[in-house]
Amino acid sequence: MPASEGASLTTSSEVVERIRERAQFVRLETVRLISIAKTGHYSSTFSCAEILATLYYGVLRLRHGDPQWPDRDRFVMGKGHAAVGLYPILADHGFFDPELLDGYTRLGNPLGDHPDMTKVPGCDFSSGSLGHNLSVGLGMALGARMTGRDFNVYALLGDGELHEGQIWEAAAAAGHYGVGNLVAIVDRNGYCLDGKVDDIITIEPLADRWRAFGWDVVEVDGHDVPALLDTLLRLRDGAPAKPTAVIAHTVKGKGVGFMERDFGWHLGWLAEQDEAAVIRELKDEK
Amino acid sequence: MNLNTDSLVPRGADGQPLAEGSWHIPSMLLKSPGLLALGEQLGALVDDGEPVVVLTPDLSFSNGLWAFHERHPERFLQLGVSEQNSVSVAAGLATTGLRPYVTGFASFLALLCCEQIRTDIAYTRQPVRLIGHHSGITFGFYGTSHHATEDIAIMRTIANMTVVAPADHVAMGVLLKAYADHPLPVYFRMGRGREPIVYEPDDERIRPGQAIVHATGDDLTIIATGTTVHPSLLAAEELRAEGHSVGVIDLHTIKPLDEAAVVAAAQGSRGLMTVEEHNVYGGLGGAVAETLTDRGIGVPLLRHGIRDEYAPIGPPTHLYRHYRLDGPGIAEEARAFLKSGRMTSDVR
Ligand SMILES: Cc1ncc(C[n+]2csc(CCOP(=O)(O)OP(=O)(O)O)c2C)c(N)n1
Ligand SMILES: [Mg+2]
Repeated sequence: MPASEGASLTTSSEVVERIRERAQFVRLETVRLISIAKTGHYSSTFSCAEILATLYYGVLRLRHGDPQWPDRDRFVMGKGHAAVGLYPILADHGFFDPELLDGYTRLGNPLGDHPDMTKVPGCDFSSGSLGHNLSVGLGMALGARMTGRDFNVYALLGDGELHEGQIWEAAAAAGHYGVGNLVAIVDRNGYCLDGKVDDIITIEPLADRWRAFGWDVVEVDGHDVPALLDTLLRLRDGAPAKPTAVIAHTVKGKGVGFMERDFGWHLGWLAEQDEAAVIRELKDEK
Repeated sequence: MNLNTDSLVPRGADGQPLAEGSWHIPSMLLKSPGLLALGEQLGALVDDGEPVVVLTPDLSFSNGLWAFHERHPERFLQLGVSEQNSVSVAAGLATTGLRPYVTGFASFLALLCCEQIRTDIAYTRQPVRLIGHHSGITFGFYGTSHHATEDIAIMRTIANMTVVAPADHVAMGVLLKAYADHPLPVYFRMGRGREPIVYEPDDERIRPGQAIVHATGDDLTIIATGTTVHPSLLAAEELRAEGHSVGVIDLHTIKPLDEAAVVAAAQGSRGLMTVEEHNVYGGLGGAVAETLTDRGIGVPLLRHGIRDEYAPIGPPTHLYRHYRLDGPGIAEEARAFLKSGRMTSDVR
């Protein structure tokens, strides 16, 4: 069951197991949908599967089938190229008919490579151009404050995305205003498109950078579900005075050996026999 | 130069190449001759002694600059995912006598960096070249964030800017070279590097600022630019087979516009039709309309393209069909135009 309004979730082993299972579901659905599109962001999605599943099955306060509930927690996907992993979750929450997934990227379908709030129920904001959504999330978080609502805003950012200057404009403003209901989750998978983020333009010392902008920082293994859940629930249920950056250390391509070893799988497509091998590996069938 | 493309091949768990058909970002380059050619063409400019420096915001596999990097790593600047920064860095580089080429998806280069381009490059008269690839709706289901159906209009209104949209990578190579010494900025608009080839390598008709007249026609002249040239040629063939007399012009240099070619077409045809992978406002059609109006030429003009809307999700070829921007679609639009009342009153 998706997290529901006001439910007090604990880090019980049942919840953790459920999240783990849904993370694998995200990976398998990603493979299935990309095979329909004939192109897609495998390894970008695999690195954040546990993050997405933890948010949507353990942390966000949502109402099943009611994507417009005004008090829901918001999720914005700065690294919108991982939307293929978000859609199955949104369908699972009853926000749209799961059959739409079968027409992923086909003409007229709402589900494209990047999330689009004008087309996809449950998508809280559009993205695709890296660097915008932390500012958008800040606006939502400030809006909650100004309208007297108490929802939180979670922004998932790529580590390469942190190259964008706008990220740091948003960071400065969020720190300045002490926007405690804003959480940035950095998918620190180490790679952008052309190679290693820190070989290209380093973003270290990353934790210190966020702190210098007035943020609290938590570092966590982004595939460790109990740790993620614990971190995010503490932030949700505490009342932080500052915005928080959760630096989630992840593996780009997590779950598929050859993708973990070759950053080129940021984007691609698998012919039938390779896809079958990847599915076997994900299902742990040798 | 022969590039060693082994490193681009995707490999499976056993280290062996994956099945035929499987591809990833590096190997996608092997399917995109226009992009690999771009890397090579820029490399050739360095070989010719040009003070070229190439900047890429984390896109060297997406635009073929990998090939440039293989040849001239010393002239390659990787700036990470920071397009606006890249454009202003290029402005600074240009002040030192270098000739910077900034590459990027057209959506981010032309739209995200519009003000840096205007203020740091065009106003200051820096000879920076901007190469916007994956323009128009070539990105298909990546959606509006990745589409650029406004870039011609934006770049046209920036004073000191030249705007060029080559039809294929042959024309791109010729025009890149032709504009190498141009003292002011140039915006090159490219597709995704998989466009069908229109020109032979030694085609002498490809000259900066000069439209290429593929054919003249009494009934209609189709004026196309960039990615729409090839489908327009196909459409013209279809229409000719039905007995219409149809001309086709490749107006690759949109600014400055070859006004003489447009006027000649207006005088020689009963109607004109512009075809662009762009909003019908402000782009090729807008430029042609301005030229005609300025001269008081009242020829019927159909501006065909994206009619002031955002494209739906869909694979590129499906979107071309949807917008009638493929050969049969352009022919269909032309047929309707030829039959319409607008064409019966000859106001010339
Ligand atoms: C403004 C902008 N510039 C460039 C791109 C193209 N692009 C898509 S993904 C990507 C690399 C992103 O790396 P990262 O943020 O680390 O994402 P992840 O590793 O999680 O996939 C780039 C450059 C884009 N989508 N938006
Ligand atoms: Mg990354």
